[in-house]
Amino acid sequence: MIGFWILAPIMVAAALGILFARKAVHAAMLLAVVMIGLAIMYAIQDAPFLFAVQIIVYTGAILMLFLFVLMLVGVDASDSVVETIRGQRLMAAIVGLLFGLTLVFGVAQVTAGAVTGLEAANADGNVQGLAQLLFSRYVFAFEATSALLITAAIGAMVLAHRERLTPKVTQGDLAAQRMRDYAEHGKHPGPLPAPGVFARHNAVDTPALLPDGTTAESSISRVLAARGTVRSAPALADDILELTGQTGDGTSNDPDETASGPLGPIEGDPSQLPDGTRRDDEGGTSA
Amino acid sequence: MSPTPFIVLSAILFTIGCVGVLTRRNAIVVFMSIELMLNASNLALITFARVHGNLDGQIAAFFVMVVAAAEVVVGLAIIMTIFRTRRSASVDDASLLKY
Repeated sequence: MIGFWILAPIMVAAALGILFARKAVHAAMLLAVVMIGLAIMYAIQDAPFLFAVQIIVYTGAILMLFLFVLMLVGVDASDSVVETIRGQRLMAAIVGLLFGLTLVFGVAQVTAGAVTGLEAANADGNVQGLAQLLFSRYVFAFEATSALLITAAIGAMVLAHRERLTPKVTQGDLAAQRMRDYAEHGKHPGPLPAPGVFARHNAVDTPALLPDGTTAESSISRVLAARGTVRSAPALADDILELTGQTGDGTSNDPDETASGPLGPIEGDPSQLPDGTRRDDEGGTSA
Repeated sequence: MSPTPFIVLSAILFTIGCVGVLTRRNAIVVFMSIELMLNASNLALITFARVHGNLDGQIAAFFVMVVAAAEVVVGLAIIMTIFRTRRSASVDDASLLKY
């Protein structure tokens, strides 16, 4: 009884959250809350088998299927707020409210009579009682279920299957295509340069530096560039300088040292700091 | 304990599922709302099984779960197919048969 009054508000709140969540992933998580709450409701009402089935089938299988399809479709496929029919949302809310009120008041007016309880029916155990019914009175429905499950499996396979319209590209085709690109457009046939990996961290978001000190744009993933999270090596130089100051060993991983050649700083190098005195200091300590 | 609170909760969840189907645009969220409605009806079935003192209601709820599982498999496959051809999971975009 206490369990019901604790769970019911949580479940209603989570269900309302499904209604208002902008992102489909949040809706799926809130649906999981509702389903686990329902499983506990089943356990309260003497249905231990359905409690287990609810957790395993609904929260385990069906919700994972939902999440799987969400990830395939794209997590950021959020709902559009544009109404196709004008005032549809408002009308739906009003009609839903009326429907809910009718239902709730109608149910509340009915006297359900004395509760028999499942003690007699569950005398041999809930699972045994269910099995006895399932394989005697409901055996045809049970057999029809097997046909339904087979049909669903085949239907899903047919719908998700895609015919291959073009021949499969083999490794040899790819190599020939690369060589053709090199011959016709001069595209570099080898792998792209690796991004800059510095002492501080594995910086896949930091472009590698070319020998002349400029950054190699092709060493960065296009996705990172589109997101705008690429950090330039000169911006990290100050961090690294500070670190080397703390550790006291600036001989090998000094950014100025790597950026400038042995004959001095390079013209037009973005990593070179305009502050000349500091470079002299650094040069003095590291040399 | 009286069955009325359970039935009222079931009615509320069913209503929320109904409004979700009517208002949401994302096909997957519409599907989740349908699942919510099925679950709400399951709660009513199990409550009435306890009221009447036999297990027929629980059997019915069990069949609803099985049918819901089959329905989700086919429905999500349809959503996947529509998404593959139209690059959208919105129910408003799949309106080609309307015109």
